[in-house]
Amino acid sequence: MGLKEFVTRRIIQIVVLYFAIATMLFFLFRAAPGDPLAAYIGTGFTQEQAAQIRATFGLDQPIHVQYWKYMTSLVTFNFGLSYITGDPVWGIIQDRIWNTLVLMGTSVILAYLIGVPFGAYLAWNRGTKRERFGVVFALISRSAPVFWTGLLGIWIFSFKLGWLPAGSMSQPGVTYSSKLAQFTSPSFLRHLILPALVQAFYFYSLPALLMRNSMLEVMNEDFVDFAELKGISDFSVMLKHAARNALLPIVTAFAVAAGFAVGGSVVLETVFAWPGLGREMVRAVIANDYPVAQATFLILAGLVLVANFLADLAYGYLDPRITYD
Amino acid sequence: MSDQNKTALDSESNVDALDTELSTWRERQADAWRRRLAFLKREPMGLAGILILLAIVLVAIFAPVIAPYEPTETDYGNSLAPPSAEHPLGTDSAGRDIFSQLVFGARPALQIGLLSAISVAFVGMNVGLVAGYYGGYVDDALMRLVDFAYGIPFTPFIIVLVALWEPSKWTIVGAIALLLWRQTARVVRSHVLNLKEKPFVKSARTVGASDRRIIYRHIAPNVLPLVFLYGSFAIAWAILTEAAISYLGFGDPTAVTWGQMLQSAQQSQALARDAWWWFTMPGIAIMLTVISAFLIGRGYEEQLNPELQEP
Repeated sequence: MGLKEFVTRRIIQIVVLYFAIATMLFFLFRAAPGDPLAAYIGTGFTQEQAAQIRATFGLDQPIHVQYWKYMTSLVTFNFGLSYITGDPVWGIIQDRIWNTLVLMGTSVILAYLIGVPFGAYLAWNRGTKRERFGVVFALISRSAPVFWTGLLGIWIFSFKLGWLPAGSMSQPGVTYSSKLAQFTSPSFLRHLILPALVQAFYFYSLPALLMRNSMLEVMNEDFVDFAELKGISDFSVMLKHAARNALLPIVTAFAVAAGFAVGGSVVLETVFAWPGLGREMVRAVIANDYPVAQATFLILAGLVLVANFLADLAYGYLDPRITYD
Repeated sequence: MSDQNKTALDSESNVDALDTELSTWRERQADAWRRRLAFLKREPMGLAGILILLAIVLVAIFAPVIAPYEPTETDYGNSLAPPSAEHPLGTDSAGRDIFSQLVFGARPALQIGLLSAISVAFVGMNVGLVAGYYGGYVDDALMRLVDFAYGIPFTPFIIVLVALWEPSKWTIVGAIALLLWRQTARVVRSHVLNLKEKPFVKSARTVGASDRRIIYRHIAPNVLPLVFLYGSFAIAWAILTEAAISYLGFGDPTAVTWGQMLQSAQQSQALARDAWWWFTMPGIAIMLTVISAFLIGRGYEEQLNPELQEP
């Protein structure tokens, strides 16, 4: 099977998956006990007023009509209005999606920049005290919940040392002409450092431990022995022959990590009051703002699927033996 | 030598043989156990994990004996007290004893961790066994289900489920179990694909063993170590997830959990008020429990060496 055919098939699969996940979400919300508008329709409302509100949000229509409208919204991005603010949902999401992507992108890249060399270093030092200590250290950062290391980071770097802001994304009252202008402003970068580092401190352990395992496997292969026999320096053997081939499983793990990062945004963004999709979702779920909650969830799910797809492609690109079948 | 003597000798040597056979059998059994437990000696990390987990289990069981106060007992005259002889780890803003809350918090953490791990292992193993053994349409359908589970963002899904239904630990366990089986299923399936081509499976089929018997008597024991491994990782993920859910405010409001302690610490401005004993201790408790599960899994994994992946 050629590359083109593989890509087309995967895209079709992903679209089908996406609609399946959306359907599950639709019924999950409809099957939940309680009235979705309970928070909205207070006790002082008359029957007519309540009915009118229901009609505004399209909740008076039969379920199949609601489902059809919901599914078309996946394509048109017309997710309706927020129950709480009455604003269009897509507007709310559009503003936050970039904030999430920048924060999570930075932390995943940081995690890989730290984790991959760290894992290679552990493999080079197989059997030493340094290696054992390094593995335990990686496991410790994997066991520490992000919201806790986040709190510690805020306490130390904001409250004690006063070096970095405690949360949010920019100074209050400052406006920017565009998202790009905001993301490149020094104030934004200062706000980005702490949350990105805290998340990276959690994430780096996955590429590190994988890289270690993978390197150890590759180091037993004949071509590594052969390179050694040729008289190539240890460092060069490790870097050019072993590390390069060991990277393969780490690339696929990148997608899983990215997917996890997307889901993890709900926690990280809440700790740092970062105005992204995850925090918006938590806020919406607490406030029973169903249209926003559903739409943010769908966007997060879409990001996970895209990450998985990119990993498939990268995997095939890096390993010529993969024939896409 | 007469015939009689010969038989006597024979029977004697038979008894001897039986004897040595028995003792070698016993030795072999002991050997097998020694081998099973040998990884502890070779893997001090695994041993450390078991010891930590054991200690936490004991704390959870004997919580009422160990805790000096009721975890929910308030004492507003004594709020935010730093560690002292009276309150070994200080108090929170409502004057509740931090140490007692930590001790009682071990209970929901372990319950959720173990229950989730058991359900994840059960579902993941069966899906993997059936998909790998039957292949064809069954395999396709089940693997699309795995893809489906992989496409769902983990923490957001659990938040939605827990928020829409009731915020109890059962809902949390159910929500975790609904998604986390995906990895176990995938790994078990790929091993079953190999195993079912092995001679012992083929010969079992030749002598007429039923599919169910082949799956559960012949194949399942071979994938159990893997299931155990991913089960131990599931304990870790479940505890971390439950803590995050409670921290975000979706937990059972009446329960005393480590995540909830951290949530109320942040909401009551413990950071600005410098009440470090309040927000450091619950995190350490979570970390110790989670790392014990990781250490056990990892020590065991060095024996098996499959790929270590995110769930």
